[in-house]
Amino acid sequence: MASPQTSATRVIPERPWRRLLHGDMGGRILLGTLAVLIVVIPILNQGVSPSSPFHVSDYTVNLLGRYLCFALLALALDLVWGYAGILSLGHGAFFALGGYAMGMYLMRQIGDRGVYGDPILPDFMVFLGWEQLPWFWYGFDQFWFAALMVLLVPGVFGFIFGWLAFRSRVTGVYLSIISQAMTYALMLAFFRNEMGFGGNNGLTDFKDILGFSLADPQTRLALFVASAVALGLAYLLCRSVVRSRAGRVVRAVRDAEPRTRSLGYRTDHYKLWIWTLSAMLAGLAGALYVPQVGIINPSEFSPLNSIEVVVWVAVGGRGTLYGAALGGALVNYAQTLLTAMIAELWLFALGGLFVAVTLFFPRGLVGLLKRREDRS
Amino acid sequence: MKRSVRCMLASLLLALGLIAPPAGAADDETLVSNLRQLNEGSFDDKAAAVRTIAESGHPRAVPVLQALLDSRLYFRIAGGGIVIADALDAGYSVTDPVSGEALGEATQYEIRRVSINNAVRTEARKMLALAGLSSPDRQARAQAVERLLASPDPAIAERMEGLIDDEPVAGIRRDMALAIGLARLEAPEPATRLAALETLDGSLRNRVRNEVRRVARNDPAPAVQARAADILEGIEERRDLWGLGEQIFFGLSAGSVLMLAAFGLAITFGVMGVINMAHGELIMLGAYTTYVVQLLMPNAIDYSLFVAIPAAFLVTGAFGVAIERGVIRFLYGRPLETLLATFGLSLILQQLVRTVFSPLNRQVSTPEWMSGSIEINAALSLTLNRLYVIAFAFLVFGLLLVLFKRTTLGLKVRAVSQNRAMARAVGVSSSRIDALTFGLGAGVAGLAGVALSQITNVGPNMGQAYIIDSFLVVVFGGAGSLWGTLVGGLSLGVLNKFLEPETGAVLAKVLVLVFVILFIQRRPQGLFPQRGRAASEG
Repeated sequence: MASPQTSATRVIPERPWRRLLHGDMGGRILLGTLAVLIVVIPILNQGVSPSSPFHVSDYTVNLLGRYLCFALLALALDLVWGYAGILSLGHGAFFALGGYAMGMYLMRQIGDRGVYGDPILPDFMVFLGWEQLPWFWYGFDQFWFAALMVLLVPGVFGFIFGWLAFRSRVTGVYLSIISQAMTYALMLAFFRNEMGFGGNNGLTDFKDILGFSLADPQTRLALFVASAVALGLAYLLCRSVVRSRAGRVVRAVRDAEPRTRSLGYRTDHYKLWIWTLSAMLAGLAGALYVPQVGIINPSEFSPLNSIEVVVWVAVGGRGTLYGAALGGALVNYAQTLLTAMIAELWLFALGGLFVAVTLFFPRGLVGLLKRREDRS
Repeated sequence: MKRSVRCMLASLLLALGLIAPPAGAADDETLVSNLRQLNEGSFDDKAAAVRTIAESGHPRAVPVLQALLDSRLYFRIAGGGIVIADALDAGYSVTDPVSGEALGEATQYEIRRVSINNAVRTEARKMLALAGLSSPDRQARAQAVERLLASPDPAIAERMEGLIDDEPVAGIRRDMALAIGLARLEAPEPATRLAALETLDGSLRNRVRNEVRRVARNDPAPAVQARAADILEGIEERRDLWGLGEQIFFGLSAGSVLMLAAFGLAITFGVMGVINMAHGELIMLGAYTTYVVQLLMPNAIDYSLFVAIPAAFLVTGAFGVAIERGVIRFLYGRPLETLLATFGLSLILQQLVRTVFSPLNRQVSTPEWMSGSIEINAALSLTLNRLYVIAFAFLVFGLLLVLFKRTTLGLKVRAVSQNRAMARAVGVSSSRIDALTFGLGAGVAGLAGVALSQITNVGPNMGQAYIIDSFLVVVFGGAGSLWGTLVGGLSLGVLNKFLEPETGAVLAKVLVLVFVILFIQRRPQGLFPQRGRAASEG
């Protein structure tokens, strides 16, 4: 895979900040776009009167915020698929775990405003006749704790899964299928009421976050900005990871794992490390997503969701980071458009995308643009 | 015996209308007076009358009691006699209960139903059952014993004692002994109760177990209680054993379904190394083919499966060849891309079925000869459709084994999968073999779909439920080994069924998943690893 290479003849800038984005036109465009969005969208939403054609509605802000979360999820997947060659069909699980961690915080914020008015227990627990808060719900009334868990739970879970898988050299399609089985198993488990996460209905009816009402347009705007900032920072983080020495080893693992191992690198350590980081980023995306949609339920774990993420990355162009983010936002935009027109058409289109991308555009949209650039 | 022979003879003669039995007139009289008591007496009198009628041995006793049970026994207001009345479109046709002669018609105002209560009804049922014990029809006797087992009665037990030695069928004899034993559990003498307990030893029936348990708790005599407890333990042990047998059967049945679903995958994934995520949808297409075949031949559902099996094989096989030629052949050597492309195909196929047939589940009927069950004993009965599916799975397995080991096509497939370049060098058209192999795998998936249509719902999402399970089976059993798929499928099915009662269905599934994931840690190549060069390249 040809990612933007720094050729020896070019002058490499001194300052680390500039060095990070050196030769990364796509990344610069992505970050630039995000910066513009952060400034322009709030102005168009709050500053322009609703009758004006330039007004951006609250609904659109919310929608854009979700796309940014999906872009972040796609970025996380691209880190492992594009750079380490690990095709995960279970990244939706990390996304959902992060989402559940945030959902638990939001659930506890409801307090006694629930249907049953219990100051401690969420509604579904009262409904199930539970007397006490299960131990794993402790601490989620604090935002800092929940925020920590948003990263830790998917991180630790991903670490354990990755440790088991990479240690015994489960690779390629086997790993893909096991990761799919993982998210499937989690989905089945979370459907159970006994798990203590609301079973079938999941967590919903959220009221506010950090004291701000979720129904408020300003809160939604803030969440949008937070998503954009998170995506930008995550991009820089991923970029610095793939440019680092370790990142280059990871790429070597992707291209020739046995050879890299023979050179003395503990390939399983490198894979585990980047896998865990990716799981945490996916969790972060889920945590930002949940307050914007107002619900998290076990269907987020469904294998189809995870595999859709793969197609976002494939459409955008794997192994480029910014391409993945682009794909995540674009495919979801297409889904919104198509389902609004003809709901039936979407699955045909999605299926067609899978086939078309693999057969005709293996490098995705970015690859198409690059080819034109190369020709000219 | 003598009495029953006389009864049969008498009814035969009566039916022929040749002669009236010698004692006929006197018997008729008692029957008439008892019938009158059925109408006029208290409910206790009525119950007694039922008993007298049954014991009179009158040839018309059985039809009369049956009429009483069916609420067809009426009192005729004009004339004051009891009649059997059958409802017509308007009014009733009336028969004489004693002679069985037609008496013309009556309106609903001319007759009044003979009223009975549950006690009388039970009495009549028991008496009918007792009469049924002397029936020449084996089925009727078996049903009669079954009825007597449900309501044990000491008086009837005495009567059965006389019949038991004449019973030719061992099974019915055993059940009669049980019924007698159950009735005597209430006897006043402890010795009788003990003897009765002995006859119950080893029975698997629910009723017997409950009665013995009751005796073990409540019997006034400690010796009887102790013996009952012993016997109860024996019964429980044997029931548990049979229960285990039932679980194994369910497990094998679930396992054979998994196995069928996984065979196709073992061929496409194991032999060709192609990940086919649309495999579940090919199974679904097989099931829908069964549905369509049944739509086309609605009057011959019994034979529809014999048409559906080859049809499903051909339809899904054709889809398979099309998929291989259209998509997969461009992606050989790129397993991850193959996975994605076939996943896209699975979405398209699902949506296609939804658009063509509707998103709702479709009803596929089970042929007559596949419904019902075989009852091994009171604790274990095997449903026929599951038995047939198990047999079908093994049949498919055998055929595949022969195909791979004994035919030229199988030889070529194995040659291409082991060393493509060498196979081509000796003149095997590898691309043709690829298409055929993939078509075969898809066709076998279609066969699985036919089998599945007989035991689960047929809907657009049915394939997804099996895809992960089938992959687990193939990974667990060892890719590319039909034997591995057989052992893997059956053992995962049985494991699942044994976990289910302990943990619930969902958790059992999760545990099996975790088990397989941990198993691959120990043996990444599965139970039956492939040997040779082909294995190390994967």
